[in-house]
Amino acid sequence: MSALVDALIAGLVLLGAGFVLIGSWGLVRLPSTMERLHGPTKATTLGLGALLLASVVYFQARLGIWTAHELLISLFLFITAPISANMIAKVHLHRVHTGAIKEPTSIAGAPPSPPEGGDWATFEEPQKDTPSSTAST
Amino acid sequence: MIELSLQIASVEVALALLFNGWRLLKGPALGDRIVALDTMVINVIALIVLIGMLSGGDTYFEAALLLAMVGFVSTIAYCKFILRGDIVE
Repeated sequence: MSALVDALIAGLVLLGAGFVLIGSWGLVRLPSTMERLHGPTKATTLGLGALLLASVVYFQARLGIWTAHELLISLFLFITAPISANMIAKVHLHRVHTGAIKEPTSIAGAPPSPPEGGDWATFEEPQKDTPSSTAST
Repeated sequence: MIELSLQIASVEVALALLFNGWRLLKGPALGDRIVALDTMVINVIALIVLIGMLSGGDTYFEAALLLAMVGFVSTIAYCKFILRGDIVE
């Protein structure tokens, strides 16, 4: 039983650290900003989730302390990581839109424009009778 | 076995921090630097969790939780500042 739990903890720790490393490696390796967003916001968050799970199991098995703090951290991170990724993508689109930077050439190329001559939702006027159209009044 | 895996994991996370630092210094776009900073905060949280497991104390989690919150708020504030030139409108 104890050896099994040890193996579980070691496996979770190595898995988590591996994902964290892969996320940062993607940040170095991938060619354009929009692609570089993927590594950290997905792989790193997942890796940290595995590390925090390992920490919960470790403190329960080794020291007999039941702590749920780590679950709180991972819950918080899983909620906030998509929001920060969305904000960073908005910053990037905004800076490309205003001409502050040029979209770098990459395998994937520039993000395709939305269909029917529209624009990204960030730059469009809010549509009538939607919650966002009345938000500022 | 756990000690060895924790040491390997610490080395991996430290290497990840170095990668982030390289991207933070190199850029080229502002978005890259924000991503690098955001990832650095997450990696430091990972390092704090690993140190907490190595030392066996449970005071490290408050630090990790506080860092998670501060990292998120600072990322959003920086993004809002670039988008609107103002943080609280």
